[in-house]
Amino acid sequence: MAVPIAWYLILSAALFSLGVFAFLIKRNIISIFMSIELMLNAVNLAFVAFANHWHQVSGQIFVFFVMVVAAAEAAVGLAIIIAVFRSRGTLNVDQINLMKL
Amino acid sequence: MHLALFLIFGLLCIGGALNLLLQRHPINSALSLIVVMSSLSVLYLLLGAEFLALAQIIVYSGAIMVLFVFVIMLLNAGEEQRTHGSRAAYLAGIPGVLALFAVLASTFFTLRTNLGSARLGSFLVSTGDLSRVLFRNLLLPFEVTSVLILVAILGAVVLAGKEQ
Repeated sequence: MAVPIAWYLILSAALFSLGVFAFLIKRNIISIFMSIELMLNAVNLAFVAFANHWHQVSGQIFVFFVMVVAAAEAAVGLAIIIAVFRSRGTLNVDQINLMKL
Repeated sequence: MHLALFLIFGLLCIGGALNLLLQRHPINSALSLIVVMSSLSVLYLLLGAEFLALAQIIVYSGAIMVLFVFVIMLLNAGEEQRTHGSRAAYLAGIPGVLALFAVLASTFFTLRTNLGSARLGSFLVSTGDLSRVLFRNLLLPFEVTSVLILVAILGAVVLAGKEQ
């Protein structure tokens, strides 16, 4: 039994939209960062689905590089969150509105 | 078989993403994100990306999410405060997200005959195939990412380290 590629792409679009929505309504800086990771994962699913459609390996190479960059981004982003928490004492984005304290 | 696995793990993905959205506590959001990432790895396996399925488990659900959970525990993050964000985010954001999903889904739905369908085992990329492309054609970008990771490690240490 075959599954249409379009279903995978619609699933990826749904995950991406949920990620954007969570990014907009979440108030905790760590939750916002996690919704960015969700968006990256949704795009990865689209890349893999298109790689399957075109029978090309390069689509999967893109996913590999996105994973590497996401790992680097998570390390730096969480370090920034720790630095922000140390200077402000809060994780609520509404109270983090100045670049400099 | 393929359809059943797709439906089960696709619904798990959507459910995990919705749970991430609805939970107020960051640790619950983190755990539901782990569910999303692990079910995505099964979908990768169905699409014939066996290396990426394992890398997804090891890198995303393993390394990155453990980092998230550590930071949540380190900062002792409590429940989210119910403050109102900017009004523009609600007024423009919610219809914008719905429009984005509608446009993407309708595009994919109209193209569904051209896109064809995925059969189990019709396209299987082994680790050998992937590494042949990665280390022959794309060796320079691969090496550049190692520099990127080195810079990221240095940045993380400098940012999170104690001042003075």
